[in-house]
Amino acid sequence: MEQSIIIEKSIFIVVIFAITMLMAMYATLAERKVAAWLQDRIGPNRAGKGGILQPLADGLKLFAKEEFFPNTPNKFLFVAGPAISMSTALMTSAVIPWGDKLHLFGRDIILQATDINVAMLYIFGVLSVGVYGIMIGGWASNNKFSLMSAMRASSQMISYEVAMGLAIIALIMMTGTLSLREISAQQAGMNWNVFYQPVGFLIFLVCSFAETNRTPFDLAECEAELIGGYHTEYSSMKMGFYLFAEYASMFISSTILAVLYFGGYNYPGIEWATENWGVNAANIIGIGVLFAKICFFIFFYMWVRWTIPRFRYDQLMRLGWQMLIPLAIANIIITGIVILLTQ
Amino acid sequence: MLTTLFYILSAITLATAFLTILSKNPIHSAIYLVLCFFSIAGHYLMFNAQFLAIVHIIVYSGAIMILMLFTIMLMNLNKEDEQNKSALTRIAAVLSFCLVAFVLLATFVKAQPVINEYKVSGQDYQSIKVLGQVLLNEYMVPFEFASVLLLVSMIGAVLLSKKEHINS
Repeated sequence: MEQSIIIEKSIFIVVIFAITMLMAMYATLAERKVAAWLQDRIGPNRAGKGGILQPLADGLKLFAKEEFFPNTPNKFLFVAGPAISMSTALMTSAVIPWGDKLHLFGRDIILQATDINVAMLYIFGVLSVGVYGIMIGGWASNNKFSLMSAMRASSQMISYEVAMGLAIIALIMMTGTLSLREISAQQAGMNWNVFYQPVGFLIFLVCSFAETNRTPFDLAECEAELIGGYHTEYSSMKMGFYLFAEYASMFISSTILAVLYFGGYNYPGIEWATENWGVNAANIIGIGVLFAKICFFIFFYMWVRWTIPRFRYDQLMRLGWQMLIPLAIANIIITGIVILLTQ
Repeated sequence: MLTTLFYILSAITLATAFLTILSKNPIHSAIYLVLCFFSIAGHYLMFNAQFLAIVHIIVYSGAIMILMLFTIMLMNLNKEDEQNKSALTRIAAVLSFCLVAFVLLATFVKAQPVINEYKVSGQDYQSIKVLGQVLLNEYMVPFEFASVLLLVSMIGAVLLSKKEHINS
């Protein structure tokens, strides 16, 4: 029994890893296609049919590039930077419920790597550790611009983590649990949290843009001021890891948005499907629905990137500390009053 | 299995703690301290205290140490700028550390582990619900005192930064 659980979970983890990588890979292509579409161009269309092999070509190119080391006394930390970024971007997927369960080989398979009862806090822990990748990499590059960029990125991530956490507290007060599995299960039917917590959702959405370093908050990569940002000195696959980590964390934060506020794997009529088509079919549709929601959010990230220009640094800080945090606190108080009145 | 894990974790904790003190570069010592905090979180996990472990990572590694690294990176500490402390300061530092260690040791030796009561009562003592009830029922007053302390220090920090602003 013990061993079968270990085997089951390891297979599951490998599958999740592969899917995250695949999604991140094709998110790079999707980004270029969406950009081209919004700017009335065609976009990459040479490698494969409609550019379908473009991510592979990009990866091959990055692998084949020269490994360049700047004149830095911290070679180890220089390599550790992108490694930390990449691993923290992948670690969050462990607590996400991708579906309810499948019934295979005479046993129920829970579609989640692990169901810990502090899942929400785990995500925050991983997010806050993710700052180290950028910070250490930027510092070890031994380059003023990289350091400036790393400082910007990390102060922005720390500032927006506060507002994000406060937005989540209102949600947790409502659901009464920190487990993502229970939060998903509570949203069965059309009881999506976004209808009860619209302000919290907006704050969370804005903060997730800042957490993933995406436009309009990508001041860390402000070319006009900082050359290339914290990865100025990186080349080859180390640079690729930083870029890839951004797409992986975009995928993960889209997933968290979908699970927390948009019902996760739930869709209207899931009970009817379970009764008539069986558990497996209903849950496979559920996984499909979750991925459709994720793809929508990834598209939303790209849409915003090619629509809204970059903020100035003081505007970014003012938005975070003077608008989002008071708004989130007001949201918590109002949620508390409503919970007290309706109980 | 658990014992081996404990020894490995303890070795990491002690080694990184010593390296924090011994390494010359302040950024390296900060990074060693982060590793030390992570291994302490591992110790908490071995007690099955998930909440404590995660909160420890969020607060210490995720917030405090990042701000610390931030300041060290911006201060640009060089060996030339470092001034040697006088012998008196060093002795005072060692003495005060010994006193703190003495107090800690005394409390830990005298302390009664409360955890057994929760084990007997059959509650899931690692769940957040139980933890919240314990904090806000049995330990209400110390909990509130801690929050007031945090608030006061926060207001103090804001006040200090304001004052500097006026003077310059």
